Amino acid sequence: MGNAGTAGNVDDNVDLAQFHEIFFEEAGEHLDRMEALLVDIDLAAPGAETLNAIFRAAHSIKGGAATFGFRDITELTHEMETVFDLVRNGEMALGSEIVDLFLASGDMLKNMLAERRAGGSGVSGAPVQDLCARLRALLAPGAVRPLRGAAAEVAAAAQAAAPGAAREKRIQVLEIVFGPFDERITPKMIDGVIEDLAGFGELQNLPSQDASVADAGAAPARAKSARTKSGRARARGAKRGAKPALHVVEQPAERRVRLTTDVGVQDMIDTLGFMVAPDRVRVTPVEGEPTAALDAPGEDFGLFEENAAQTETPSAASAETTSPAEPPAAPKVVELKAPGKIAPAADAASIRVSVQKVDYLINLVGELVITQSMLAQTAAQADPVMYESLANGIAQLERNTRDLQEASMSIRMMPMSVVFSRFPRLVRDLAGKLGKEIELRTEGDDAELDKGLTEHIVDPLTHLVRNSLDHGIEMPEERLAQGKIRKGTITLRAYHKGGNIVIEVADDGKGLDRERILAKAKERGMAVSAEMSDQEVWQLIFEPGFSTAAVVTDVSGRGVGMDVVKRNIAELGGRVEIDSVIGAGTRITIRLPLTLAILDGMSVRVGSEIFIIPLGYVVESLQPEVGAIHSVQNAGQVIAVRGDFLPMLALHGVFNMKHDAQSWEQGIVVIIEAEGTKTALFVDDLVGQHQVVIKSIETNYRKVPGISGATIMGDGRVALILDVGHLVARAGSRIARAA
Amino acid sequence: MLQDALHEDSYAGSPAKAGIAAQVQEYLTYRVGAEEYGIDILKVQEIRGYEAVTPIANSPAWLKGIINLRGTIVPVVDMRIKFNLEKVDYDQFTVVIILSVAGRVIGMVVDGVSDVIGLAAEQIRPAPEMGGAVDARYIVGLGTVETGMIILVDIEQLMSSADMALFEKPVH
Repeated sequence: MGNAGTAGNVDDNVDLAQFHEIFFEEAGEHLDRMEALLVDIDLAAPGAETLNAIFRAAHSIKGGAATFGFRDITELTHEMETVFDLVRNGEMALGSEIVDLFLASGDMLKNMLAERRAGGSGVSGAPVQDLCARLRALLAPGAVRPLRGAAAEVAAAAQAAAPGAAREKRIQVLEIVFGPFDERITPKMIDGVIEDLAGFGELQNLPSQDASVADAGAAPARAKSARTKSGRARARGAKRGAKPALHVVEQPAERRVRLTTDVGVQDMIDTLGFMVAPDRVRVTPVEGEPTAALDAPGEDFGLFEENAAQTETPSAASAETTSPAEPPAAPKVVELKAPGKIAPAADAASIRVSVQKVDYLINLVGELVITQSMLAQTAAQADPVMYESLANGIAQLERNTRDLQEASMSIRMMPMSVVFSRFPRLVRDLAGKLGKEIELRTEGDDAELDKGLTEHIVDPLTHLVRNSLDHGIEMPEERLAQGKIRKGTITLRAYHKGGNIVIEVADDGKGLDRERILAKAKERGMAVSAEMSDQEVWQLIFEPGFSTAAVVTDVSGRGVGMDVVKRNIAELGGRVEIDSVIGAGTRITIRLPLTLAILDGMSVRVGSEIFIIPLGYVVESLQPEVGAIHSVQNAGQVIAVRGDFLPMLALHGVFNMKHDAQSWEQGIVVIIEAEGTKTALFVDDLVGQHQVVIKSIETNYRKVPGISGATIMGDGRVALILDVGHLVARAGSRIARAA
Repeated sequence: MLQDALHEDSYAGSPAKAGIAAQVQEYLTYRVGAEEYGIDILKVQEIRGYEAVTPIANSPAWLKGIINLRGTIVPVVDMRIKFNLEKVDYDQFTVVIILSVAGRVIGMVVDGVSDVIGLAAEQIRPAPEMGGAVDARYIVGLGTVETGMIILVDIEQLMSSADMALFEKPVH
């Protein structure tokens, strides 16, 4: 949680809204973590750490939500927490119904967070009430099943401390000390926080006696001397001190309250942590009051350091002066640490930066690259002998800018695990629904790709995984009958190859049925023949509305999907391939460029204008011979290329512009291929091959048919990037119209 | 309505001056053909000389093309073609006013930029109903200055209008 630093910067007016974003991000992370843990959990023998981690996640969200007054979120997480507290203490056995309910609650929380983030007033209504009711129903007498087996050890300690503890008995008295005050945290700020605290239970203000905090003997003198200095100077002194915790004893400017509440210590800490710098608050349970099993090891998450040993037991003294009735035993001081990383989920040595900033940086670097190539062009005209050092400098600049560009692009790169992490849940839910047994394997979680791509690849991948689950993997009995193991396997694999990232979705299911696909295609009136290659047959499933599923399930089978998958991936500049062996499984391979911002392009000239063709679409280029070009009635020309007749599309015709080549032989034909269709594009000349930075035309203008974007050339001029898919379709429709 | 709009603008635009001359708004004046136009200075990002553009195929004639404005692709419209002027020359006086309107950056070719003038509310007269080059809907009013009359244009409305075809769908 990165809130510690931010919380410390609040000025006198605590504007909680500025922390909302932090809360949303953290709550989102907690939810993701909770989901991952729930999906992975071993129902028979859940690990104590896992259970605690899940509890903590719900808990932290509740704390934050309560601070910001997000009642809907607080309410639901409270119910979740209540249930899971019992599970974690071994008073309730963990069943799949609890896991399911928690997953559903997690989804609801995500909705709630999204709603709040959008500035809404929260989610309420039947679904929420239903979830809460179902969570409460788990607590009903009789519903609480006794613990069995291995989970017992988790619970043993807690049970010993609080035998049969019910939720209501967890009322306790907390002593909360704010301070020392300084420029980061002022008494005025704390007033607001204390007001909020009143919402958690019965609040009692304690006199902020400086001396009472300190050691009985030495305190008065020390406190007196301390009072002579200004509060601010003392605070600075404390800051300079190596261990602020030790100075706490000597800091008189504190604010103390006592709160009788059913909110736990760590709950309080989570809540306060959103508002006050963690090292400026101490929460101490006061013993001798109707307190709960606070000392139980289960209650301490290992999150917060118990520094009773290193502080000179300040609260022991304070307890004596403020509540003489208490037993002399020193209550535990729970020092508020930045409620840190629960798990190694994210690298600690990272910072959160808005995508906007990164994109701005990348844009600037893109500019720099353009400027650099302009300079290089100019410098190339200078005499290399006379201006040797200039040439060297320019060469050096080129290397540096390239490195800089690569480094800045890599900021946007995200590991594939970001994408893969959502699939265990999906597979678990669907497998349960379909009654199949499936193991999901992921490989290459570390392979990186552009953040923009990770966002867009999720939907197509989800479709493919669903398909594998529904159509690929057979029912357990069927698998056994075929000599396979009961459990099917779906493998998600990502790796880099050349300038691409390759993502595979493979299953060991029944594979694609060639005959059935052909029959279905015939039935739908598609032009198919028995001689088609396997590859061609597999491509048929990408046709709109094509589904061979005998039964339409709510998982898949409506034939909506594969064509969308293919289109989405094509839009990202990628390709989809299928390999399948009947009875052995199917593998779908997606190839994507590493980034959306840079493109390998071939530049061609028509008249005085330069156009960029994305290199991925270019098959070859050739100088046409007169004999190879034939006219087709009403459909322009076709060109014969090694036995194939390809439609000719003259770029100057498409864009109504002047051109140089007065006959076919004077120009160049570039064969482009999109979605399996080839077209011959006629241009005046080939100029070269470049890496270009893609610029959007739509930012300030509108979409232009046949153009997918623009780029800035070395000389500062704008060149248009061709939308190959559009051009090929255009050539195709012309032929189709004529036919 | 006009008063309100001006009042609002002068506050939003130059809070520092609001106290001194609350009712004065500054306009950039430019020439298109024989006419003098004025637009809210706050909509103007910069003024550049005319340079070669990259034409966009199959676009309206007044869309000259796109240029590279320090790394941003900016469309350039020629108001003289839009207003059907007979004489459309590109010489040393031809300038491109870079506008920042409706969240977009758009270049506008005009015959020349004249001045920046401050107009008080009482110097602005409502435009009479007339058929002119600029649709009366986009005329805020007529400003009177010593040298003559300035047609004040709501450039944001004009540029985002459907018949300019600059936007995917009209903003207003």
